[in-house]
Amino acid sequence: MNRDTPLFRLWVEFRDNRIAVAALVVIIAIAVLAILAPLITPQDPYNLAKLVLADARRPPGTVGSGGYVHWLGTDAQGRDLLSAILYGLRISVLIGIAAGAVAFIVGATMGALAAFAGGRTEMLIMRFVDLQLSFPAILLALVLSAMLGQGHLQMITALAAAQYAYFARTAHGAAATERAKDYVEAALSTPLPARLVLFRHILPNCLPPLIVVATVQVANSIALEATLSFLGLGLPVTEPSLGMLIANGFQYLLSGRYWISIYPGIALIVLIVAINLVGDQIRDQLNPRLKR
Amino acid sequence: MSAPLLRVRDLATHFFTRAGVLKAVDGVSFDLSAGEILGLVGESGSGKSVTGYSLLGLIDPPGRIVAGSIRLHDQELIGLPPAALRDLRGRRLAMVFQDPMTTLNPVLTIAAQMQLALGAHERVSARAGRARAADVLTRVGIPDAARRLDAYPHQFSGGMRQRVAIAVALLNRPDVIVADEPTTALDVSIQAQILAEMKALVRDLGTALIWISHDLAVVSALASRILVMYAGRIVEQGPTATVLRAPRHPYTGGLLDSLPSRAAPGQTLQQIPGLPPTLAALPAGCAFHPRCARADVACQVAPETTLAGTRGWRCHHPLAEPAP
Amino acid sequence: MLGFLIQRFLQAIVVLVVIAGLVFAGVFAIGNPIDVLISPDATQQIRLDTIARYGLDQPLWQQYLAFLGRLAQGDFGRSFVFNMPVLDLILSRLPATLELTLAAVIGATVLGVPLGMFAGYRPDSRVARLLMGLSILGFSVPTFWIGLVLILVFAVTLGWLPAGGRGETLSVFGVEWSFLTWDGLQHLLLPAINLSLFKLAMMMRLARAGTREIILTDTVKFARASGQSEWTILRHHVLPLISIPIVTVFGLEFGSTLAFAVVTETIFSWPGLGKLIIESIQSLDRPVMVAYLMLVAFLFIAINFLIDIAYAALDPRIRARR
Repeated sequence: MNRDTPLFRLWVEFRDNRIAVAALVVIIAIAVLAILAPLITPQDPYNLAKLVLADARRPPGTVGSGGYVHWLGTDAQGRDLLSAILYGLRISVLIGIAAGAVAFIVGATMGALAAFAGGRTEMLIMRFVDLQLSFPAILLALVLSAMLGQGHLQMITALAAAQYAYFARTAHGAAATERAKDYVEAALSTPLPARLVLFRHILPNCLPPLIVVATVQVANSIALEATLSFLGLGLPVTEPSLGMLIANGFQYLLSGRYWISIYPGIALIVLIVAINLVGDQIRDQLNPRLKR
Repeated sequence: MSAPLLRVRDLATHFFTRAGVLKAVDGVSFDLSAGEILGLVGESGSGKSVTGYSLLGLIDPPGRIVAGSIRLHDQELIGLPPAALRDLRGRRLAMVFQDPMTTLNPVLTIAAQMQLALGAHERVSARAGRARAADVLTRVGIPDAARRLDAYPHQFSGGMRQRVAIAVALLNRPDVIVADEPTTALDVSIQAQILAEMKALVRDLGTALIWISHDLAVVSALASRILVMYAGRIVEQGPTATVLRAPRHPYTGGLLDSLPSRAAPGQTLQQIPGLPPTLAALPAGCAFHPRCARADVACQVAPETTLAGTRGWRCHHPLAEPAP
Repeated sequence: MLGFLIQRFLQAIVVLVVIAGLVFAGVFAIGNPIDVLISPDATQQIRLDTIARYGLDQPLWQQYLAFLGRLAQGDFGRSFVFNMPVLDLILSRLPATLELTLAAVIGATVLGVPLGMFAGYRPDSRVARLLMGLSILGFSVPTFWIGLVLILVFAVTLGWLPAGGRGETLSVFGVEWSFLTWDGLQHLLLPAINLSLFKLAMMMRLARAGTREIILTDTVKFARASGQSEWTILRHHVLPLISIPIVTVFGLEFGSTLAFAVVTETIFSWPGLGKLIIESIQSLDRPVMVAYLMLVAFLFIAINFLIDIAYAALDPRIRARR
């Protein structure tokens, strides 16, 4: 591995923060569990035919009609909560990463293009981005998902549309700084194609700040998806994501059946906190003003 | 001879960093009499600024004063509780910094900043505070001071800002002002003006001045005595005229040879070979020996200070004293 | 300065027209606009009347101009769920949301800035580390989840505070306010805390970051060198310097708090704008959605305008430039 890339330097410093490394391990563990969910869960919570209503709202530790222990209890439809949570995490991670990736690609491209085009194009793009940034993302996502209707693709679209502007702003800032540096000027004046300069020199240097934004935005996407699902917008009801599990459990919370809301909530929070801890550490590392 | 105003003995300020312990100041001793102007000369990283900060107890972690004694009149400053030290700052010991663009608070008026500095030591009404502030500003050469009080720092030029900073330092009539390269960031013509004014000011007020600079020429125009620092230690000290005429330490000699004013027009300037050492990896023995033409085996052991009358130097092979 | 204000005012108008266009495109041009304007079970006669009245047989650009014209006159149409003019409906819900939002943002600032300054002043202390850990939690934990926990703990388990509603209100100039009665205050407390935790975390981090940087500058060293106490330095040097970004965020967050109130109001049955917009999204009451979006946009622009003025008041360098 090339030891002098910005990414490698990032990792070397990252290793020193034990909490951040632990958070990274948690993220990886959750990702693995989420990917393997169909293989390790006792029940497919999305297969409505397999749900037994007699098993509904059982407290944690009960043995259900399936003959296995519901370690975290069951929900109002008789879903095994552990299975539902792992499937829910799967949706959360998938949607969070997909929305983050789309927003990253669209936003970074727009920002970099604006920085390179300059002039009117730059002003127009960045004005639009600034306008959107001053508008709360949750509202945009709310209206978009209300207009687009329910479904995974619609949710990803709504989240990405609400968040690409952060990437655009960051990419524009970083690219404009790089663009102004002498080495880029020098590289552009050689017969090398401009594309090569962009990919070999500028993007690698813009990457670290974009990674910070990406971690934060993936965490935000996951929280936003959960919030929208909690409000009853977004994903189909038959395949409850974590937010929807929590919303469904809300009415039982007041009567003491805490587990339906609480456990999915804890899973959600652990995931988001872990991602934010990692993002936080990277951001601190990249802040030159805190260097001693 | 009267007892010195400020008496520093074996001062050591170290920085405890990841890269190891940096001995920024390592056994500095000197005296300062009332009203005296002392020049502290050295390259960047020699520990001259850290010495200045140490005097005021302004060393931030990971730095710490690890040993030594600083006596002002008869009061020991090292180990003084923070509140007592704070009370001394500004009132007995004041400091002026290098860059006037960053020292003043950009969002406060000059009057507000001076009022805060005054208020640190006595209760002063806004009206009395303004009168005193205007008085000191006039002294440091700011025209129309009373009206300029309500201006913000960005409305002043660099030289004027440094005058304001000097006024803030003078406000509580301290016994000693530590000036850390206060003219380095300014134009040469303004630098000369401020030097002359400063000299007159401290003479009138009887304030002692420690002038820290990398520029031997600036210091020689101002100071009556010179300390030359290298890698955290004072390598040579003495009256300005004597040190300039007959340096004993090879490093001082090298500094003097590299002054443009010493060279004939068209002549190549002499340079000291090599670079100043980094504090993380100081050479064993005399820190200057890798760059010194006179070094030999003896220099593997750090030399002690040799004292002779008003002068002192740290060298096994001092330059010869010219015949009188 | 006056020229600057006029320039910003004109910019604001342009931005409003652009947003109106986006809202128009989003809500009116997608789908059948007639569904937007009247309820699905309206008679054919009403349908035709409405088409004629709103000029839906006209070309799109004429419709847009007509739409702008109606907006300028304050005509947002009627809500078919509540069967009343949308503007009246929204204005009747606005005070509840403003009250909640202001309580949350002011609380977060008053508490978050001093805590954050402390954390930035002693970044390595235990308390600072604890505060920062909590702020990450405050950032990460979704608002709706905190709301649930607050209800579970303070309303269900402890029974100290009510779980929802506005409680008793007092009428001042024809507007109902909760914070003026003891019962109303109790009702306000939990939702305000819920809404403020995110902002609190944000204010803390902002104040911490600013303090941490400024405490290392020569400005602070110079103030120390003149013998000023640490308290004086924090209060008179650091606070004014960090207040500029804080005011920005205060303003911007005020706007996004209005948006986040959607979640809090739903959980705590707080009868404000947020609850209204969720209800109208669920019942597809699109005239209300349009009006809500335009109102939020208007508030945003107004806030940005105020921030610019506050900037100039706080930073003499900016004042000089304009």
